[in-house]
Amino acid sequence: MADLAEHEEDIVVEPMPVGSAGRKSSGWYGMLALIVTEGSLFVYLLFSFYYSWIWGGDGFLPGERPSLWLSGPDTVILILSSVAAWWGERGVKQGRRGWQLPLGIAIAIVLGIVFLVVQLYEWKDKTFAIDTSPYGSLYFTITGFHMAHVAVGVLVLLALFVWALLGLFDPRRHAPVTIGIIYWHFVDVVWLFIFFTFYITPYLS
Amino acid sequence: MATADYEEMPQISSLADDPGLPERLQKIWETKPGLYGWIATVDHKQIGIKYLVTAFAFLLLGGLEALVMRVQLAQPGERVLSPEQYDELFSMHGITMIFLYALPVLSGFSNFLFPLVLGSRDMAFPRLNAFSYWVYLAAGLFMYASFLVGAVPNDGWFNYAPYSLKTYNPGPNMDFYALGMIFLGISTTVGAANFIVTVMRLRAPGMSINRIPILVWGTTTISVGVLFAVPAVSLAFFLLWCDRQFGTHFYNADSGGQPLLWQHLFWMFAHPWVYIIVLPAMGMVSDALPILCRRPLVGYTVVVLGTVLTMVLGFGVWVHHMFAVGLPLVASSFFSGASFIITIPSAIAVFAWVATIWTGRPVFTTAFHYFAAFIVMFVIGGVSGVMTAAVPADLELTDTYFVVAHIHYVLIGINLFGVLGALYFWFPKMSGRLLDERWGKWGFWITFIGFNVAFLPMHLTGLMGMPRRVYTYPAEAGWGPINLLSTAGAFLLAIGILVVLADVIRSHRTGVFAGPNPWDAPTLEWSIPSPPPPYNFALIPAVASRHPLWEDRLQEGSGRSQLDRGFVLDDGKETLATTVLDAEPDIILKMPEDSPWPFITALVMCALFTGMLLQSVWVSAAAGVLILLCILFWLWPKRRLLQVARPQHG
Amino acid sequence: MMPGPLHPPGHLAVAPVLAMAAWLALAAGARAQTTSPEVAPLTPAQWPMNYWSAFGTQAHAINGLLWGLIWLSIIVCVLIAVLVVAGIAIRGRRGRQPATTPVERSGNGMAWIYIGVGLSTLVLVVYVGWTVATMAGIARPPAAPALTIDVTAHQWWWEFRYEDPDTSKVFATANEIHIPVGVPVSFKVTTADVIHSFWVPALGGKTDTIPGRTNTMWLEADKPGIYRGQCSEYCGEQHAQMALRIVADTPQDFAVWRSKQVAAAKPPTDDMTKAGLQRFQLRCGACHTIRGTPAAGAVGPDLTHLMSRTTIAAGMLANTPANLGGWIANPQSIKPGALMPNIELSGPELQAIETYLRTLE
Ligand code: HEA
Ligand code: HEA
Ligand code: HEC
Ligand code: CUA
Ligand SMILES: [Cu+2]
Repeated sequence: MADLAEHEEDIVVEPMPVGSAGRKSSGWYGMLALIVTEGSLFVYLLFSFYYSWIWGGDGFLPGERPSLWLSGPDTVILILSSVAAWWGERGVKQGRRGWQLPLGIAIAIVLGIVFLVVQLYEWKDKTFAIDTSPYGSLYFTITGFHMAHVAVGVLVLLALFVWALLGLFDPRRHAPVTIGIIYWHFVDVVWLFIFFTFYITPYLS
Repeated sequence: MATADYEEMPQISSLADDPGLPERLQKIWETKPGLYGWIATVDHKQIGIKYLVTAFAFLLLGGLEALVMRVQLAQPGERVLSPEQYDELFSMHGITMIFLYALPVLSGFSNFLFPLVLGSRDMAFPRLNAFSYWVYLAAGLFMYASFLVGAVPNDGWFNYAPYSLKTYNPGPNMDFYALGMIFLGISTTVGAANFIVTVMRLRAPGMSINRIPILVWGTTTISVGVLFAVPAVSLAFFLLWCDRQFGTHFYNADSGGQPLLWQHLFWMFAHPWVYIIVLPAMGMVSDALPILCRRPLVGYTVVVLGTVLTMVLGFGVWVHHMFAVGLPLVASSFFSGASFIITIPSAIAVFAWVATIWTGRPVFTTAFHYFAAFIVMFVIGGVSGVMTAAVPADLELTDTYFVVAHIHYVLIGINLFGVLGALYFWFPKMSGRLLDERWGKWGFWITFIGFNVAFLPMHLTGLMGMPRRVYTYPAEAGWGPINLLSTAGAFLLAIGILVVLADVIRSHRTGVFAGPNPWDAPTLEWSIPSPPPPYNFALIPAVASRHPLWEDRLQEGSGRSQLDRGFVLDDGKETLATTVLDAEPDIILKMPEDSPWPFITALVMCALFTGMLLQSVWVSAAAGVLILLCILFWLWPKRRLLQVARPQHG
Repeated sequence: MMPGPLHPPGHLAVAPVLAMAAWLALAAGARAQTTSPEVAPLTPAQWPMNYWSAFGTQAHAINGLLWGLIWLSIIVCVLIAVLVVAGIAIRGRRGRQPATTPVERSGNGMAWIYIGVGLSTLVLVVYVGWTVATMAGIARPPAAPALTIDVTAHQWWWEFRYEDPDTSKVFATANEIHIPVGVPVSFKVTTADVIHSFWVPALGGKTDTIPGRTNTMWLEADKPGIYRGQCSEYCGEQHAQMALRIVADTPQDFAVWRSKQVAAAKPPTDDMTKAGLQRFQLRCGACHTIRGTPAAGAVGPDLTHLMSRTTIAAGMLANTPANLGGWIANPQSIKPGALMPNIELSGPELQAIETYLRTLE
């Protein structure tokens, strides 16, 4: 390859990574695209809520303000779950402890499931149903959409967990982990907006 | 050593040094013949052509529906169709044309062309590409299945609530539309993501973003638009479905819901969508027209900026479809102003094309005819849009045939005409044979005259006060004669389309061989044989300008593109990924083999939506679980693709 | 009734469109059929729904802008078409082939874009100003409205209620209303079911009827005449047959009409009509109101002064005895899907009802 430089001034040829390498993989970019579109979905959901609120007038919100007893701690649980996943991912990136990745993911999964269960209790506590009022429809639909995303996220984490146990990942190749966990972070961030919308704004207005 | 497994020194060679390369690549990339190969192929060229054929089939269906409508409207008081049938036809006509023809046909071209013009061997996600096609086909068939059960969507393509709610529309008509659109949205979304990642990553080295062909800019811009816009409509339809099935109160005013929420969600999607279904076509014209004028496009940079700007502004004008709903003055004037401003980027494109003709040497091929007509039709459709953007004028114009004229001038003018021109231009690349120029020109003139005879008079019927979506009209209104003329024009137009179709079918088998570059065009797709081999480029080229094949003549830039030397990448299915802005070689991608999973997953999804349509919890749940399993199998990390750690050796 | 002139004097701009229309009509080999013989002539007589000619204050204001836009649009189209065709004619050569025509970057051409976009921007600035000015002009009526009419759209007919501070003077009618010329009339529009749009082109723009909301608008007719309107938002099967008429009267004529409408229906006098009313109450009263009788249904149009209207079934049929009888006997064959069902009536029953209805002047 000595004669290369004469022909190819533009291309500097160096050894290049092969395959799906972390944030150089196509999947990473694909996940960013998915997050953009899913993020838009939640923006439209929240738009629907605020639009209906503005036009629905005084009777729109239910009589009592929402309780923060369950939803508050639940929010913390979801954030902790993100932290656990991040810690697990760090483990595989640095390649120090073989068990850090599966452990981190396992904690994230458990916390995710706890979040879902608490959410279901929260649903049961509500005095209204999905078909009693526009507020009820929006509340259950939006939180329901989010819970569906959490559920999918848990399934993704489960797959990662199994793959991690199978030893598929090492510090150089773990694109699925990077991709799956960014999705999990996204799902958590979305919850903060939903939490703000349903649980905080009634206290502000 | 681990590094050696994860990194490679890429081979660079030329065909002279490695004459066996094409044969080796052929073996690696070739799709198996037969039914399995047809279903499982992930070759973007085959998928692109599938898209095109399917979209044209839907064009014919939608056109057929339009012709029947035109017969019903030919005279006052006609009774060819019942009111209900007419409503179903105009609804399906709009749905078919807007969703099942207009974007998919452009996706077909983009799918076929993207890797070829970018200098890559496939799209970023070949299996997702196949999936996107199968879902499109399934969603289209799903919506058309409504004809079989006699419950066809009947609320127009924008489907206003509350007429779409169960109270007024008890049959499954709306459910076909609602579920079908959510289903189709999946295809559109993954397709868009695929285009975006392909452009970001799979360009030939050296193809920095200022060297990308405009058609790629067009499709990429709209793909980003799709990511932002499509969730709005999927959500709107999902909420509608909930209102219908679970008694929620999103749109139902009787229980405090907001009928106008539907209109906002729908138009937040649909206005961007109308640009989404034309910008790629405008891009194709911006690339092909200059070639037929024998010069580079005038104003590449501003045209690109205009494309992006149109998309961005396109998200800020949706309310101009709602001027009559009783908005506050301030809101109306804001959206009116925004709609005027959006004209400016369109003006850039129009004047760039005009300038290209005036400073070039036009060659009168059939494609050129279509492109020239395209410019004029666009202006006619554009200025009528600007008229409706003026609120007071729109209060009279809205929901009349004037708007019908506007949409057909823009949609046929800059989608269909662009597409037919592009077909004459790129068909040789797809099939290896030229379309017939004589037939082509006949087809063009018949189509062109028929189109204008059909739709120019509609401006007048609109000004005469004829509302849209009426199955008939009284003689006293005086709309009869002009409608008769429109009907005659529509049939002439249909004949023109049939001539084009006949030419395609004929030339496909007996046309003159095209050779690699029949138009002496400058971009990468013309540097390879027609039709291209499965691997597209034996050697990944290196690009040094916007016009790699014209460099010696244009004296563009300093460097020269390298087309006969380049990356070999023959260790299995491989292609090169480059950096996002400068397109410097970044990583070697392992590409997936043909796979049945995309097809199977689409099929199971079809079962899911059918289950939802039949309100069968069990079918839906079973299908849902199956889909998760399919995805799991599909995405299971593969060592061959180097998605996972290599077993350590040595 | 005096039909208004075809176009207001001074509006020469109508001429080219009329010429084009005439040409198109000839080309189509058919003659424009105007009003059906039984119905009073509409204003304007030739294309009663056109809005290139205006007959009301609001329409005049819109018209100025509309015509400005039409002309500017035509100029833009012609200009670009000429540029394209001339460019092709001047720069192109027949028989040239791509492969044999040299490629060259001849001139950079950017001036085209600068000048073209610059001029377009100027035109657009004019559009914006003009639009906003016109909007401000039509936002409020030029004078206090003389009258407020509540409009409720139904699938597929129009209910009108004339407001009055004196509740005994409030009355309802359907599909055909009268207004006084020369004064603005305020309309409060809403709907009983789906979205419709209230539109009388010769007088002004559209207003959608939105469930759960009431939109207000105003119209003012400046000439006596019968103006046709039509629902212009798709609302279901019979969206096409949801017309209305606004009769603009001189103030005197209007006062007379109004006082007649306020009155209840005259009681039947002979046996036939008495029987008719009795049958009507039984068979039709659940849906229709005739003030002064026990029939007080609210599903269909108020029929108290049915005979004062020139059409029935929301403008679909001329109000002739034959049409009326046919409608009552079989509305579904005339207007499929209409929310008035076919009602099994014996021959004498039908005749009695029809005879009675014909007394409702
Ligand atoms: C191909 C898709 C397409 C495109 C490109 C456009 C382009 C535009 N459209 Fe159109 N539109 C539709 C598809 C499209 N539209 C559809 C499908 C509907 C109806 C939906 C339905 O109701 O069913 C619709 C309806 C619609 C309405 C609502 C009408 C109504 O229902 O009352 C409005 C109102 O503002 C509008 C405006 C515009 C404007 C301002 C543009 C502009 O982008 C046009 C800009 C281009 C030009 C103006 C030409 C080039 C410019 C020059 C040569 C410069 C010189 C020009 C001037 C100075 C004026 N459109
Ligand atoms: C890309 C979009 C597109 C295209 C190409 C067309 C093409 C045509 N459209 Fe349409 N149209 C719309 C998009 C489009 N339309 C939309 C969005 C609406 C609004 C819908 C709504 O209100 O909801 C509309 C509404 C609309 C109406 C108004 C209906 C109403 O409001 O009541 C009319 C009426 O004339 C019409 C006519 C036509 C005609 C004659 C064609 C012609 O171009 C068709 C030409 C014919 C062919 C292309 C067919 C050739 C085929 C054959 C001859 C048969 C061979 C058949 C087989 C082999 C199976 N269209
Ligand atoms: C179930 C309700 C219902 C019943 C019963 C009914 N109608 Fe109607 N009627 C309607 C509706 C709704 C319309 C408006 C139809 C339309 O134009 O779409 C109507 C319209 C009419 C009109 C036309 C009014 C106009 O001004 O356009 C007449 C006349 C009429 N009905 C007479 C009768 C008579 C007579 C009977 C009994 C034999 C009757 N209707 C029974 C609902 C009813
Ligand atoms: Cu009422 Cu259309
Ligand atoms: Cu729009």
